[in-house]
Amino acid sequence: MSLLFERLWQGLLDTLLMVGLSSGIALLAGIPLAVFLVTSGRGGLFAAPRLNQLVGSVVNVFRSIPFLILMVALIPFTRLIVGTSYGVWAAVVPLSIAATPFFARIAEVSLREVDQGLIEAAQAMGCQRRHIIWHVLLQEALPGIIGGFTITVVSMINASAMAGAIGAGGLGDLAYRYGYQRFDTEVMLAVIVVLIALVTLVQFSGDWLAKRLNHR
Amino acid sequence: MSKAAAQIFKDEPLASTPFALGHAEANTCTTQRPDPALARIHLQFEGLGKTYRTEQGPVHALHDINLDIRHGEIFGIIGHSGAGKSSLLRTINRLEQATEGQLLIEGQNIAELDEQQLVKLRRRTGMIFQHFNLLSAKTVRENIELPLKVAGIPRGVRRRKVDALLALVGLYGKSETYPAQLSGGQKQRVGIARALVHDPEILLCDEATSALDPETTQSILRLLQEINQHLGLTIVLITHEMSVIRDICDRVVVLDKGRIVEQGHVWEVFGRPKHNTTQTLLAPLQHNLPADLAKRLTPQATWPDDAKVLALYFSGQQREPDLAALSNSLNGRVRLLDGGIERIQGHAVGRLVVAVEASPFTASELVQRVQAWVDRAEVLGYVAVV
Repeated sequence: MSLLFERLWQGLLDTLLMVGLSSGIALLAGIPLAVFLVTSGRGGLFAAPRLNQLVGSVVNVFRSIPFLILMVALIPFTRLIVGTSYGVWAAVVPLSIAATPFFARIAEVSLREVDQGLIEAAQAMGCQRRHIIWHVLLQEALPGIIGGFTITVVSMINASAMAGAIGAGGLGDLAYRYGYQRFDTEVMLAVIVVLIALVTLVQFSGDWLAKRLNHR
Repeated sequence: MSKAAAQIFKDEPLASTPFALGHAEANTCTTQRPDPALARIHLQFEGLGKTYRTEQGPVHALHDINLDIRHGEIFGIIGHSGAGKSSLLRTINRLEQATEGQLLIEGQNIAELDEQQLVKLRRRTGMIFQHFNLLSAKTVRENIELPLKVAGIPRGVRRRKVDALLALVGLYGKSETYPAQLSGGQKQRVGIARALVHDPEILLCDEATSALDPETTQSILRLLQEINQHLGLTIVLITHEMSVIRDICDRVVVLDKGRIVEQGHVWEVFGRPKHNTTQTLLAPLQHNLPADLAKRLTPQATWPDDAKVLALYFSGQQREPDLAALSNSLNGRVRLLDGGIERIQGHAVGRLVVAVEASPFTASELVQRVQAWVDRAEVLGYVAVV
């Protein structure tokens, strides 16, 4: 029992590390990316339609590659960045690269929903473009962005299970190797319970925060 | 205190402005203040036009607009939707760029302003909107102080300024609420406070009362009128409601398909609408002939002693209707059937429908005789005397 607990604990830590880091990177990179996608379109604040199309296509390419394949394809790149292609840290690279365009597209939708009239009002009151991005776009879309980030974190928890393939460990890997390959039902059930608790907690916190910040 | 901050406070007495909101006598003020039509020119449109390039070819949103708006004036722009009023208003703070002609503000061609100067122009030009356009994530205070914040005004100065404005628009004590908790009228008051925060010289109103109920509309119009008088700023408003023009504007232009089809003092345009568009816009305010009367009216006299029904128009050129003179000139028993006289900017404008019985004159003779006392008269028909 204590061995199971130890493995679960280690798996949970690995998962939290992978998901936490990659989601954090997705947050930091995804929001600027989403802002760029929204503002660089035709007639946007920083209109650059060509570049917008190019970046949009790159985002789509990364969005369409299945995570397992992306992970393997990125091995040389991962080795370049973290010095190894194996283990938890190595998994963070492909997870971040998958999560960023995913989150950016969701955040983009929330940013687009900001009423055009608010942008016009901000221009009329003498706001410059950076003010509009900060005070209007980001703050008005914040509840939606938080909802989108919650979805991203949950899907990263999912994707991190596949990171076991490059020896990253984590809960998913535990369930697969012990539960599925060794027919150890007890481990599998325990992992599932922990995952359910984790996803529930993430979703609950995200919903709570989004609701708190929504004054509409 | 920075230079900009010092400037904000040039009108410190704003907070202690002695007028109380809510019980100002809105309509009496218009006659007391000096005629803004005699003031210096504030905004001058010279052959201004706006053409959009679309795949179906060019679309002329505005065409050859020539217009002077004067200091301290409340200037109305009216037209049906799609007439170009919104585009015209937006050329003033360059939310829309004119493609032909030019607009001079205090003699300065605004097309020549660079990015920084444009921001300054916009700070001197407040704007309010039909749907208020308040930021939902910010409190009332944060909404009002945002224009100051982005201009780098220090916190303490912002605080005092916002407090003064909240008092001015009658929202004291609402500073920490979010817009979603306010009524439509209160939201527009926040919008007005936000528009005034940089002490602008011009206030643009984009259908500012179109989303409000009639009572709230009146209170917002009163507030705009008070602001116009006490702060002396020029107000340009667009609307599709003639009643808004009648209630607060000094002069008006009527736009149709991007062109000015009629302009003048409000009482002139109301008293003698020339263009078709003006007449259709005025229609909701006009009395139609009551249905029962219209039914009894015949185009020809059926009996010699039928009463002649005349419509007498007063377009504000003359004094108020002189009832004794009317009665004398019509020479018979004169009954007032319908109608009304409104005072617009101190001019009596309206229409009276009268029935004349037992008069020795024919209907067309009556029209001739009454001419001197009315602006225009016409024969509507005859009714049998019961």
